[in-house]
Amino acid sequence: MLEVSGITQIFGGVTALEDVSFAIHKGEITGVIGPNGAGKTTLFNIISGIYVQTAGRVTLNGKDVSGLPPERLARLKMVRTFQNIELFGGMTVLENVMVGLHTRSSSGLLACSLRMPWSRAEETVIRQEALKWLDFTGISDLADVVAANLPFGKGRMLEIARALAVEPTIILMDEPAAGLNSQETLGLARLIRQIRDLGITVVLVEHDMELVMDICDRIVVLNLGRKLAEGTPRDIQDNPEVIAAYLGDDD
Amino acid sequence: MNRDLLKFLAFSVMILAAPLYFKGGYMMNVLVFVGIHTMLAIGLNLLLGYAGQISLGHAGFFGMGAYLSGILTVNYTWNPWVAMPLAALVVGGLAFLVGFPILKLKGHYLAMATLGLGIIIYIVFNETIDLTGGPSGLSGIPNLSIGSFTFDSDVKNYYLIWAVTLGTILVTLNLANSRVGRALRAVHDSEVAARVVGVNARLLKVQIFALSAVISSIAGSLYAHTMTFVSPASFGFNFSVELLTMVVIGGLGSIYGSFLGAALLTLLPEFLRAAHDYDIIIYGGLLMVMVMFMPGGLVRGVPDLFRKLFRGRGGADNA
Repeated sequence: MLEVSGITQIFGGVTALEDVSFAIHKGEITGVIGPNGAGKTTLFNIISGIYVQTAGRVTLNGKDVSGLPPERLARLKMVRTFQNIELFGGMTVLENVMVGLHTRSSSGLLACSLRMPWSRAEETVIRQEALKWLDFTGISDLADVVAANLPFGKGRMLEIARALAVEPTIILMDEPAAGLNSQETLGLARLIRQIRDLGITVVLVEHDMELVMDICDRIVVLNLGRKLAEGTPRDIQDNPEVIAAYLGDDD
Repeated sequence: MNRDLLKFLAFSVMILAAPLYFKGGYMMNVLVFVGIHTMLAIGLNLLLGYAGQISLGHAGFFGMGAYLSGILTVNYTWNPWVAMPLAALVVGGLAFLVGFPILKLKGHYLAMATLGLGIIIYIVFNETIDLTGGPSGLSGIPNLSIGSFTFDSDVKNYYLIWAVTLGTILVTLNLANSRVGRALRAVHDSEVAARVVGVNARLLKVQIFALSAVISSIAGSLYAHTMTFVSPASFGFNFSVELLTMVVIGGLGSIYGSFLGAALLTLLPEFLRAAHDYDIIIYGGLLMVMVMFMPGGLVRGVPDLFRKLFRGRGGADNA
């Protein structure tokens, strides 16, 4: 489904990622973990088109998407969320999700200015679809709240709802559990499984080990910009190199 | 019928009835300017208030519309009704082309680039004397007419200008409440998040820049045909700042706010005639006070003020 091969990223003189390769399988939940500074977020920024890598390739469904901007990737049904949730603060919760339906509607500047019948019909569909995703993420009671006023946990749900409104086949989540309390994290785990059950492939960068071990089908471990290990949660838990990276070496 | 449409209709009735109250005279001339300034402020507000992109060169687009209409009708005896849309097309096209490189810039850099653009346009007005008449201006621009009916009085011009202004208001309200308007506000709030869900932020910004220029150009053409005279002084940097002040005072991201801002800044000098050398100081002071105490502009600040006063009294009653 999604493949990264030989990804290298150099910032000035610092090598953030070096020759990282792995494949994400369709319909699975894959976790990307690693100690601080391992290059996880950099990797996400490359895959989602925010950075352009120094070397290497990203392929989505067999198509080379290296260097494509995020708006093109959204049309190819790949979408992401951010560690420090990026909401449209001045807009309502519902409007935020309606923006998520941008690629699934097409009325242009002129049709919208003149309120053509088809753009109005489209607007109705956009609203209904957006409400559906608010329902799915359990925040439909907040539809008319201005996003900037949401508590953090609800903001996280909104960001996920907005991403799902794109109808992605793959969603990348950058530390979705960061800033959530244990109750909210449980809800998040349930939601991520539900997203997978919709047939959407999930990739997440996460620090919460309990969550990662609980919900991930596969795990990729990065350390100091290199891939350290890859496998099922059990493989990873037993891997001496991973344990060394997290807890420090004896020698 | 929905509330937005009712609001618009009520506003239209108020505008259309105003001449009955003022019964012609000098005030009508001022209100013609309120109409032209409203169009300009709305055009700039789309860019500044909705898309969050600044322009300090909008007087240039306004001037280009005015001069293109003036030159085509005076020097080449074109029909004004043909000259006006052509001017809008040329100005919009120019903005579109210039917009691609310019709107890559952000913040202060974008302000400087648009400032430069405005200044270049202003210099062209002054220096291409064969075409524009240079600093002494271009006169003898014909009034608009339909058949044998000529828009040659303040009242006639009032209805002409306001018909177009109301049309602009309706169209931009539609746009603001649509998929495109939402995408614009999204780009304003978080460009990266908007892009991630598929909004082509760059193209959208350029499109809105061009639309904004088209509206300014139409306002310019109407200005030329009602005043029958244009000179570079009306389209300089000062006027770009005045437009910016209208948008901010009225309320960023509010179409009716643009009307309020335009009305205030057009009417104010009429009442401050005695202090007319100090008007720029008064604008500056006004802008500072507004940004400090009513950052949402009149359109949000005044209702907030009332709510605060009202709530204050309500609280006392409860105690």
